Amino acid sequence: MSDQSTNSIAFVRTQEVPSMPPPYTAAGPIRWMRENLFATPLNGLLTLVALYFIYAILSGTLPWIANGIWDSPSLAACRDMLDGASGACFAVLTERWHQLLFGFTYPSDIYWRPTLAFVLFFFAAAPVLFFDLPRKLLVFTGLFPFIAFYLIWGGSVFTPLLALVGVLAGYFVYARYVASNFAVGFLGGIISAALVWWLGGFVIPEHEITEGAMRSVPSRDLGGFMLNMMLGVTCVSLSLPIGIALALGRQSDMPFIKYICVVFIEFVRGVPLITLLFVASVMLSYFFPPGSGVDLFIRVVIMITLFASAYIAEVIRGGLAALPKGQYEAADSLGLDYAQSMRLIILPQALKISIPGIVNVSVGLFKDTTLVSVISMFDLVGMIRGPILASTEWNGVYWELFGFAALLFFVTCYGISQYSQWLERRLATDHR
Amino acid sequence: MTTLTDAPEGQFRLSMLLSDTRYRSLTLQAIAAIALALAIFYLGNNVAKNLAALGLNINFEFLGAPAGYDINQRLIEYTSQSSNFRAALVGILNTLLVAFLACTMATIIGVLAGVLRLSNNWLVRKLMSFYVEIFRNIPVLIWIIIIFTIMTAVLPGPRAFRGDDATSSMLFDAIAFTNRGIYIPAPVWGAGSLVVVLTFVLSVIGVFAYRRYATKLLYDTGRLLPMMWPSIAIFFVPTLLVFFVMGMPIGLEYPELKGFNFKGGIKIGGPLIAIWFALSIYTAAFIAENVRAGIQAVSKGQTEAAAALGLRSGRIMSLVVLPQALRVIIPPLISNYLNITKNSSLAILVGYADVTATLGGITLNQTGRAIECVLLLMLFYLVISLSISAVINVYNNAIKLKER
Amino acid sequence: MKKSVIFGAMTVAGLAAGAAAAGTLEDVKARGKLNCGVTTGLVGFAAPDANGEWEGFDVAVCRAVAAAVLGDGSAVEFVPTTGKTRFTALASGEIDMLARNTTWTFSRDVDLKFTFVGVNYYDGQGFMVPKELGVSSAKDLDGATVCIQTGTTTELNLADFFRANNISYEPVPIETNAEAQQQYLAGACDVYTTDASGLAATRATFEAPGDHALLPEIISKEPLGPLVRHGDDAWGDVVRWTLNALITAEELGVTSANIGEMAANTNNPEVARLLGTEGNLGEMLGLDAGWAKAAIMVGGNYGEVFAKNIGEDTPIGLSRGLNAQWTNGGLIYSPPFR
Repeated sequence: MSDQSTNSIAFVRTQEVPSMPPPYTAAGPIRWMRENLFATPLNGLLTLVALYFIYAILSGTLPWIANGIWDSPSLAACRDMLDGASGACFAVLTERWHQLLFGFTYPSDIYWRPTLAFVLFFFAAAPVLFFDLPRKLLVFTGLFPFIAFYLIWGGSVFTPLLALVGVLAGYFVYARYVASNFAVGFLGGIISAALVWWLGGFVIPEHEITEGAMRSVPSRDLGGFMLNMMLGVTCVSLSLPIGIALALGRQSDMPFIKYICVVFIEFVRGVPLITLLFVASVMLSYFFPPGSGVDLFIRVVIMITLFASAYIAEVIRGGLAALPKGQYEAADSLGLDYAQSMRLIILPQALKISIPGIVNVSVGLFKDTTLVSVISMFDLVGMIRGPILASTEWNGVYWELFGFAALLFFVTCYGISQYSQWLERRLATDHR
Repeated sequence: MTTLTDAPEGQFRLSMLLSDTRYRSLTLQAIAAIALALAIFYLGNNVAKNLAALGLNINFEFLGAPAGYDINQRLIEYTSQSSNFRAALVGILNTLLVAFLACTMATIIGVLAGVLRLSNNWLVRKLMSFYVEIFRNIPVLIWIIIIFTIMTAVLPGPRAFRGDDATSSMLFDAIAFTNRGIYIPAPVWGAGSLVVVLTFVLSVIGVFAYRRYATKLLYDTGRLLPMMWPSIAIFFVPTLLVFFVMGMPIGLEYPELKGFNFKGGIKIGGPLIAIWFALSIYTAAFIAENVRAGIQAVSKGQTEAAAALGLRSGRIMSLVVLPQALRVIIPPLISNYLNITKNSSLAILVGYADVTATLGGITLNQTGRAIECVLLLMLFYLVISLSISAVINVYNNAIKLKER
Repeated sequence: MKKSVIFGAMTVAGLAAGAAAAGTLEDVKARGKLNCGVTTGLVGFAAPDANGEWEGFDVAVCRAVAAAVLGDGSAVEFVPTTGKTRFTALASGEIDMLARNTTWTFSRDVDLKFTFVGVNYYDGQGFMVPKELGVSSAKDLDGATVCIQTGTTTELNLADFFRANNISYEPVPIETNAEAQQQYLAGACDVYTTDASGLAATRATFEAPGDHALLPEIISKEPLGPLVRHGDDAWGDVVRWTLNALITAEELGVTSANIGEMAANTNNPEVARLLGTEGNLGEMLGLDAGWAKAAIMVGGNYGEVFAKNIGEDTPIGLSRGLNAQWTNGGLIYSPPFR
């Protein structure tokens, strides 16, 4: 074949013609635009509408942001500086940022303490969120609540230490007995922890130890975005074990226990969080023994935790249901009892596949912590609606403040939801 | 091991309560029951002691007393002399109203945004994901406040419509957009209007009958009748004909600026619009995600098979993809409706008189009966939520049957 | 205290001491802090300043009581309350007293079982309108949209007033002053109504206060005063007489500036009894002899407190009016210290 082509025929191409570049309308950005923006007339129209929309928004906001005044003592002064031009008074943020982040009564010289706790939080959360990290880091996660408590509330170092000793005692008792009997280990753990706290309670107040004490901050003084973060983190972590217990209870064969769990879950999911917060603010104090005076922060934590645990229970129930039945049967056939099979076989798998759902619930809950502003707690939104907008200097600044709040929440929640999507993809490949 | 050493019947030992599987579940339940009873007793006792110490009591007599305050939006007759119970009823109806409106609008926006997120148009796709992300990641409370603020700041007050140098004017001289609400013309029913209304109802029925007939014909004979134009004709023509024949019995009452406010016409109050819009647009972002997930859950082979059969893209969507996607979309959709209903309790922020604002707001505030009001409030939401859950369950069971 | 609270919560509040409540006075002394309920923010009456320090007219009462009981005007824990939470906060013992411009009414006193210890501000509900509306009387407000700041007895008074005059209106109840004010300024309501003092305070923060007028009608009586729980009369007496001490001090010309001198050499026996150099009034209350002196030292007498927080030289600019001493034709009158 090749002989012929070279000898007998006068004009034959020996190579392929190099392909011509496509016409300029079918290449590069123009082609991309034709395919992606103007494929059909309707599509073109949509593009134009969208472009106009984007233009309308940007032309309104960009000059406003660019003209922003960052340094001014009050709104009136800021408006004078703008002199009628459209522009933002970001000065309210530079002037009041500490109130927005920490609340107005948190002592300003110890802002480093919650900040440090916040930074440490990432180290504590990392091993839980990323499975590849060495498991030993979980020790720090376990210590974190006590460190964070000490950093944020201050007071005597012995309070968190005692709590830690109690938990450790409980853990050791649990670890010692769990192999033989879960119930004994579990109850023994709780009893020994309570015993340590109770005995410790006798030791510590008597001496009034002030060494190692940091300035104590009452929980009423917490506020701003810090309060949202704390409520979110505390309530989600507290609600996890309760949620697991509720989910297991709802799956239980024992009708009475199942009934209690179902009623609780459906009740909590059936009422808006705001009514539960009303309960925390106007009713819950009547449920405590007379004179115990449990403060509002703890009452709110209790109610939000109950709220979150019902939702988390439903997510975990989904995870339990998604496990192949073979896993349950395999656990049974190994002769494991209920506690063992749950602890060693079922829950580790069910929890793993529930994590994206739990993260979604947590994001929702974190957003809902803003509702505490309705019951006169000064979280980020409460700070804005209360002290800042009520002050003579900054009365009438809305966009800057709410834009800032929206930005803070967006960054946090978007970050968490990106993590959850990443995790979902990863878990999906893990199963193949 | 236990099977080998099973104790013979009759020899009951106390330890068997825990170690024998026959009794263990009973024992555990008994323990749970006792613990629950103790907890309830403990809490109830605390409440009783606390209330006794304060000389307070729980009673619901305040519900019958005159409420004493006015409510700006009411669906039933109500004056400041009506009872607190009636005020709560007004609030309940307002809650249901805003929940219904917001559910409808959220569904429309959500489906639109969800479909557009899958559009071929890059710009529209990006814009929609931006919309979804920004609304999903910022608390609804902040959105409600922002939208309420935008509404009052952007729309003109009625004062702007007044005088010769008015800065705002009414749309078509009929609709006024003000920051107190939107005023639209109200129909005035003259003599003979009943006939027009009847004709209209009949033609609506006619449209459905025609479409049914066309579908039946399509399935039986394969002949495809035109759908759209005949439907539109049946919908409009007879009613308009009768309307003119009867001598235009239905007139319109236009809103007019009188005194401080527009008078006449129908007013859709500003607070209602704000909470309605805020809840719809917020929840629509979640619905859009569900719709997208639902459509993507339908395998590509289905779309391709439909295309291979020669169906056009609109029909592929309506006949092949949507029926399958709906099964995935609807359960989370209903739970989004549930969320709208619960989030409507935030109407308190915009001054909309829902049940949280009347019973749980002003009534609580004025009577000081906190426990009673909060209990009733929770009871109401619970009833609503359980009803919606019941609907979900019925639906889930229905589609379960169809599946195999 | 804190510790036991935390652990109480940890152990599900099970072992918390259920000891019968001692008197509030003993509780406050043992705690070393007074828990005082205030508003979440109303400039002039109670609002945190830029540094987070609470200040205002109601706050001054709290500080005076703290000074009388504990000798330290800063030993106060301010608990912000909303209209909804204030009564429960007081009833459940979360706060020891409530100084949150709360109107003294029959049902609050009798049905809700609170003791109003006196009146620190005689207020009344008023209306504010933009001057351009040309309204000169509240009776011209037929058909107007009214923004109400909910909280005191505002909604009820408004309904009564419009019903009595047989005119119609559209109420828009708003939770916070800041939001109500934004609605009003944007023209979403024609009228803004709340206590006249609140209106004045709000107007003071406007860009152009001169464009807005307060209507002459005052449609209600709003005696605002501090309150305590029923059934603890010893504590009620402490709060009542601390307030009276501030009022009497103004009447007798005792100010925070001259109090030392007055205490040392006064010929007026009532001043001597008030400041504890004569008699044993403090002992009767269960306090130090210098309790009233301490209370007056914190923020001055009633007149000084008024002038400093809401008086004519402040941005709020309220005149004394009804709140002048009875000797000047006002209603502020204290029973004698004897």
